[in-house]
Amino acid sequence: MTMSAVYNGSNLDSIVGEDPGIPFALLDEESKREIRRALLHAVCVPGYQVPFGSREMPVARGWGSGGLQITLAIVGKTDIVKVIDQGDDEGVNAVNLRRLVVTSTGIEESSEVVESTIIQSRHRIPEDEMINSHTLVLQVPVPEPLRGVERDMRELARMHAEADYSRMWVSLYEDKVRNGVITQTTGYPCLVNGRYVVATTPIPRWDIPRLHDSQFLTLFGAGREKRVYAIPPYTLVEPLTFEDVPFEVEQANGAQCRLCNSSESFLVESPGTNGDAGTWTCSDTAWCRARRTK
Amino acid sequence: MSKIVVPESVLKVSGLGKIYGPITDGAIERTGSHVGTARDHQTGSIVAAWDVNFEVAAGEALGIVGESGSGKSTVLRCIAGDIDSSAGDVRLATFENGEPNLLTLDAATRRKMRIDQVSVVYQDPAEGLALGVTAGGNIADPLTAAGWRNFEGIRTRARDLLQRTEVPLDRMDDIVRSFSGGMRQRVQIARALANNPRLVLLDEPTTGLDASVAAGVLDLIRGLLEEFELAAIVVSHDFSVIEMLTERCIVMHHGRVVENALTDQLLEDPHHPYSQKLVSAARA
Repeated sequence: MTMSAVYNGSNLDSIVGEDPGIPFALLDEESKREIRRALLHAVCVPGYQVPFGSREMPVARGWGSGGLQITLAIVGKTDIVKVIDQGDDEGVNAVNLRRLVVTSTGIEESSEVVESTIIQSRHRIPEDEMINSHTLVLQVPVPEPLRGVERDMRELARMHAEADYSRMWVSLYEDKVRNGVITQTTGYPCLVNGRYVVATTPIPRWDIPRLHDSQFLTLFGAGREKRVYAIPPYTLVEPLTFEDVPFEVEQANGAQCRLCNSSESFLVESPGTNGDAGTWTCSDTAWCRARRTK
Repeated sequence: MSKIVVPESVLKVSGLGKIYGPITDGAIERTGSHVGTARDHQTGSIVAAWDVNFEVAAGEALGIVGESGSGKSTVLRCIAGDIDSSAGDVRLATFENGEPNLLTLDAATRRKMRIDQVSVVYQDPAEGLALGVTAGGNIADPLTAAGWRNFEGIRTRARDLLQRTEVPLDRMDDIVRSFSGGMRQRVQIARALANNPRLVLLDEPTTGLDASVAAGVLDLIRGLLEEFELAAIVVSHDFSVIEMLTERCIVMHHGRVVENALTDQLLEDPHHPYSQKLVSAARA
């Protein structure tokens, strides 16, 4: 009786109130503020993983939801966004995330680094020069660089707090002993500002030197693991390596991009068919296209 | 009776105590060797160790003997910082001029102390080693913690230490899990010596090894203690270990020190009734 009295003459609209529409950049202002506060913390303590209250997003966690939340929290009406997936603007993940950012903000999109202000990326840094007007947002699957050597969260917190990274060094030692070289290729562990070891997402080693003393701000977002961290501009970023085992980036001797003939960009191999040799192409498609049209 | 003269002690332990459970008035009087229990019947608290005092000089090894549960390992682990103590003062002359009380260090300072000042060799190698890591890697761990960053330098140091502890060098790059008990113990000793510690704490280092292997490990330890002028504390319930490694020892019973004597003297002429029982049982 009483229940029907409450709903008598009501419809859903009158309960909810007037539809406010989708807020600018999808997230409500309180959420954006919380993420920005975590990002400020992250910038102040370079390399430190700051917990944040990762929101439910229209993409599943583990599919770029961390990077997406950062982009949505920092985007303004005059920003221009570029989103890439492994260097490719047309990757499915990149297209979907970009469409979400653009439709919820009404801002411009671009595939050109020089035109963009926010570049969200999965696992690559664009080949083009980036300057202090750029913010790089990286989607991070596993933010904890020590995950491979320790599983206990309390112990991990202690290791970071005391900068006790000897077990990370032991894992590099073991890698070198077993394989003759340090085999870790992507997500190479780096010491940031001489203090915290970070996981450099799975960007290839090729991109690691770009993080050191960079002009641009790099923000890392791990939505599933609910962590953000940052490398501010002009910050010391040193890949962990022994004095007598120099850090090397990937090299494919003699390989050239099949499309633009480049040998000075990060190349990926496509397997050949019918036993033919594989071919190489630039990982950064926008950079490759620009080279060809020059 | 002449007092034992200790030249320039490296380690000074005074009033060390550890109580599990609530500490109440009279708990100390209700427990101990003379009462025959470490358990306070009023509260159920265990007085695992109380009023333990001793000094150890450089190049000297002190033994702690007693039956299981007498508090020997508790004393050792309190000094190492593996467990928190309830009372006492422990100074290490070589660590920050002997100023800090080792028992009240914060976790980070304690870890620093354990890198190049105090090493522990545990009865169970699994406690002191990462079994899934190679012998060399287990030595690389304390070295990198102390700031070593040269791969070949680490290799050379690890090789030296393993050679010194008689681990075959062709096993250096094998994981420790594939090693026998005696060889694991040798790796643990090599690791403990990596950063030239001033004090080594040996907790039943040969218990669980068969007699011939144990004899080899004991020989090794004795040689190393002499060679590096190490201060050492050896905890054992086995008199042959104490006899071989130490010049002086203390006897513990229900959490208290009941006798403090030269090892030879203790074995020949024990004073405290419990020591007499212990020695005669061992010699029987």
